[in-house]
Amino acid sequence: MTTHLHIDWTSCDGRGLCTELLPGVLDRDDWGYPLARGKSGRERTDVPLRDADREAAHEAVRLCPKLALSLWDGEKPEPGRRRPGQ
Amino acid sequence: MDEAMWAFGRVSGFVSLALFTASVLLGILNRSGRPLLVLPRFSISLLHRNIALLATVFLGLHVGSLLLDSFAKLNPVDIVVPFLGSFQPFWQGLGTAALDLVLAVVVTGLLRHRIGQRSFKAVHWLSYGIWPVAMAHALGNGTDVSRGWFLLLAAASAVAVAAALLWRLSPSFLETSHARQGNLP
Repeated sequence: MTTHLHIDWTSCDGRGLCTELLPGVLDRDDWGYPLARGKSGRERTDVPLRDADREAAHEAVRLCPKLALSLWDGEKPEPGRRRPGQ
Repeated sequence: MDEAMWAFGRVSGFVSLALFTASVLLGILNRSGRPLLVLPRFSISLLHRNIALLATVFLGLHVGSLLLDSFAKLNPVDIVVPFLGSFQPFWQGLGTAALDLVLAVVVTGLLRHRIGQRSFKAVHWLSYGIWPVAMAHALGNGTDVSRGWFLLLAAASAVAVAAALLWRLSPSFLETSHARQGNLP
């Protein structure tokens, strides 16, 4: 079961904390927004994580100044049931 | 013992105000999205939070010690309801108002993930109002205001916060403002 980092693009303001905490997973575009490295399509919004990155991803979810990040395991939950920090 | 409480009450007030000043400056820096020297963005975010919490602890010590002190003539109700104090009720009331608002900012800050960004932000904006109120309380109510070091500290803090505020309002405030205004790197 892979953990995914979901980026809510309507909340994201590209402040760059997540790209600092997950440098191997997220790059930053010219406007500051996170860009999943080597990913395309849906995986840019729901970024699959390696186990080693899970802890850093938790920190990123906790510290995101716009509450734009969340984590989910396995099946993608209904958008309404996804809560930041979980 | 009374002397000790009085001295501690004054000192903890200064420490709290100085820490709140640092927290406001770090909060504005945090909002810009810029790292500072060797500090990455997430460290500035954590430092902002932790210094604010430490300032709140000193605020608690400030109020707690003056409650126990007989010079200050502080009643428990003065902690919650402003402008009822027996000594300089207006200036003391500003302190009460700042205390109550600080508690609101701290509680909503700690519950940010539960209450959502909008409510958090609405309350967090109060910080810009709390800082001048706290400073006015220190200048109006403080018994050490005539001391040179205190005036120096107050003036330096005010200049720093005013400069940070001007920077906050400037078009180049955001780290990404250059790119977002249409200029590609």
